[in-house]
Amino acid sequence: MTVEWVHPGLLLIAGAWILPLIRGWTKRAVMVLLPALALIDCVLMKPGTYGVVHALGQELVFGRVDRLSVLFSYVFALLALIGMIYALHVDDDAQHVAALSYAGAALGAVFAGDFLSLFLFWELMALSAALIVWLRRDRGAVAAGFRYLLVHLFGGVCLLGGIAFYWSQTGSLTFGDMSPHAGSAAFTLILLAFLLNAAAPPLGAWLPDAYPEATATGAVFLTAFTTKSAVYALIRGFAGTDILVWWGAAMAVYGVVYAVLENDARRLLAYHIISQVGYMVCGVGIGTQLAVNGSASHAFAHILYKALLFMGAGAVLQVTGLRKLNEMGGLYKTMPITLALYMVGAFAISAVPLFSGFVSKAMVVSAAGESHLAGAFLLLTVASSGTFLHTGLKLPYYMFFGRDRGLRAQEPPSNMLVAMGLAAAACLGIGVFPDLLYGYLPYPVDYAPYTTRHVTATLGLLGFTALGFFLLLKHLDPEPIISLDTDWFYRRGLSVSLAVTQRGLGRVEHVVARISDAIVRGPVLAVATCLRELDANVIDAAAVGIGRLTQAVSWRLSRSVSGHPQHYALVMAIGVLVAIAFVMFGP
Amino acid sequence: MKLLERHLEDPGRLLRLKRWCYAGLIVLAMSEVLAPRLFHAERAHFWFEDLPAWGSLYGLASCAVIIVVSKLLGKLWLSRPETYYDG
Repeated sequence: MTVEWVHPGLLLIAGAWILPLIRGWTKRAVMVLLPALALIDCVLMKPGTYGVVHALGQELVFGRVDRLSVLFSYVFALLALIGMIYALHVDDDAQHVAALSYAGAALGAVFAGDFLSLFLFWELMALSAALIVWLRRDRGAVAAGFRYLLVHLFGGVCLLGGIAFYWSQTGSLTFGDMSPHAGSAAFTLILLAFLLNAAAPPLGAWLPDAYPEATATGAVFLTAFTTKSAVYALIRGFAGTDILVWWGAAMAVYGVVYAVLENDARRLLAYHIISQVGYMVCGVGIGTQLAVNGSASHAFAHILYKALLFMGAGAVLQVTGLRKLNEMGGLYKTMPITLALYMVGAFAISAVPLFSGFVSKAMVVSAAGESHLAGAFLLLTVASSGTFLHTGLKLPYYMFFGRDRGLRAQEPPSNMLVAMGLAAAACLGIGVFPDLLYGYLPYPVDYAPYTTRHVTATLGLLGFTALGFFLLLKHLDPEPIISLDTDWFYRRGLSVSLAVTQRGLGRVEHVVARISDAIVRGPVLAVATCLRELDANVIDAAAVGIGRLTQAVSWRLSRSVSGHPQHYALVMAIGVLVAIAFVMFGP
Repeated sequence: MKLLERHLEDPGRLLRLKRWCYAGLIVLAMSEVLAPRLFHAERAHFWFEDLPAWGSLYGLASCAVIIVVSKLLGKLWLSRPETYYDG
C-alpha cells in the first residue's frame, strides 16, 4: 500500500478500536473526527489504482478510485459522520465500534477492484450489521440479527460460488462489467448475491425484518450501506441487464404496497427503502448514461433523506419508547423541531420540487421515458405517489398529528437534532442546487430537472395524492397487525416443513421397523430361542448327566477305599491273576 | 407551532384551512393544464402525458388504487396478528 493513499475504510475499522480506550469528551471528539477524516480522505483522492496487494497468487486491488467509487465514498463517509453525531449521546462502545466497522466495510466494498477483496468487505458488512442489530440486546433483536446473518451468509455463499465460477472461466478476479458473461453461472450467482443485498424481493425480506429491531441510532447506519453498496456493485457490473428494469419497477411498487399495511414506523420506512432502491435497480437495468447517472444520484440523495427519516422516527422512539403508529399521535406540540426536520426528509423522498429526491428520481423516470418503457414509467410514477402517501402523509399524520394521545414527550438530545439538521441541509442543498451533485456523477450530465412540465406534473401528482389520502383516511388507520413476507419461509415455513418431515419420517421409520421385525428380528430371535433350548435341554442335560455319573463312580470308588492293607493286597493279587489268565488264555 | 395548534384545534379555522387546501388543488390542476401552454414545455415521452392535468389525475388514481389493492391484499392474504411469529 503506497503512502500517498490511505484506505478510508481501514481508517474507520482500525480507528474504531481506539474508542473503548478513551472516555468523556476525548471519546466524543474521536467519534466525530474518525468519519470526518475518512470524508476528507475521500475528497482528497485522485483517480487511479492504489493498494495493490499480491496474495494467494492473485492481485488484490483495495483502491480502485474512479468517478463512480468516489461518488459513493463521499456519501458513505458523510453518512458515517452524520450517524456518529446522531449517536454521540450513546454510552456503548460496542455499538460505535460495530457502526464504524460497518461504514468502513462499505467503503472497502466500494473501493474494491477485484472480487476477492469485494467478498472480504461484503462479509464484514454482513457481520457488523448483524452486530448492530444484536446490540439492541433484547430477544426480538437477537433473533432478527440471527435471521439477518443467516440470509446474508447465504448471499455470501452465492457470491463466493459466482466468484469461483468466474475465476475458473476467466482466470481473473477483476471486478468490472459482467455483460460479456451474461447467462453464465458466474453471472447469475453474482447477480443474485448483489440483488439479495439490494433487498430485491423475494430475496429482500431481511431488510424490514431486521432494521426496525436495531437501536434508534444503529438503524441509521443500517439504512445506508448494505443496499447502496449493492446498488454500486450492480452499476459497476450489471448496467444494462434487461431483467433489472422490471425487477426494479416491481420493487418500487412492492415496497409501497407493504407500507400501506405496516404499523411499525421504522418498518414502514424500511419498506420504502426497498421501494426507493427499486428506482435505482430499474435505472441500472435501463443502463443508458442518463439512467446510470440517475441510479447513482438517487442512491446519493436517498442515503441522506432516508437516514433523516430514520433519525426522525428514531428520535420519537428515543423520547417516547414507542414504535407503533396506533400508539402515537399529537407529538407536533412537543416535538416541533423533530417534525420540521422529518418533513424535510419526507419531502425529499417524495420528490417535492426544491428537495433532493426531485432532482435524482426524475433522472431515472426520464430515462425510462427516453427508452420508451411506458410500463416502467407508469409503475415508477405510481410508486412516487405511494411514497408521498406513506412517508409524507400517513407516517407524519399518525405520528405527529392524528389523535392526541397525551404522550409526555420533548425534543431529543441536541446532538440528534444537529445530525438531523445536517442531513436536512444536504437534502435542501441538493434540491436547490442540483449541479452540486450532478458535477460528481459517473457520466457528464445534460439534464434539467426544473422544467415546466416536470414541476407542474409532480406538484399535481403529489397534491392529488394528498387529496386521495384525506378522502380515504378512515381506511388507513393503523392496525396492530403484521404482514406476511418472504421471511415466512424461514421463520414459519421451515418449522412447518420440519414438522411435516418429522411426521413423514416417523411413518417411514415405523414401516422400516416392521420390515426389520419380520425379516431380521423374528428369525434371529427364533434361531436364538432354538439354540437356547438346545443349550438348556441337550447340552446342559448331557453335562449334568456326565457330572452325576462321575459323582456316582467317585462315590463308589471312595467306598472302595477301606484303609486296610490286606484289602489292597487282595485287589493286587486278583489283578495279577487276571493278567496271568489273560496272557495264558487270551487271543 | 402555536399557530398550527390554533388552526388544527379550532373547527372554524380548520374548515377555512381545508377550503384553502382545496383551492390550492384547483390551482395545481389548472397550472398543469395552462403552464405548458403559457411557457415553453419540453416534449412529452408518451402520449398520455399530454392529457389535461395528467399528473393530478394519475396521482389521485394511483393513491386510490394503492390503498384499495393493498388493503385487499392485507385482508385476504397477508395480515396476521402481531404475535404470529412468537413462540
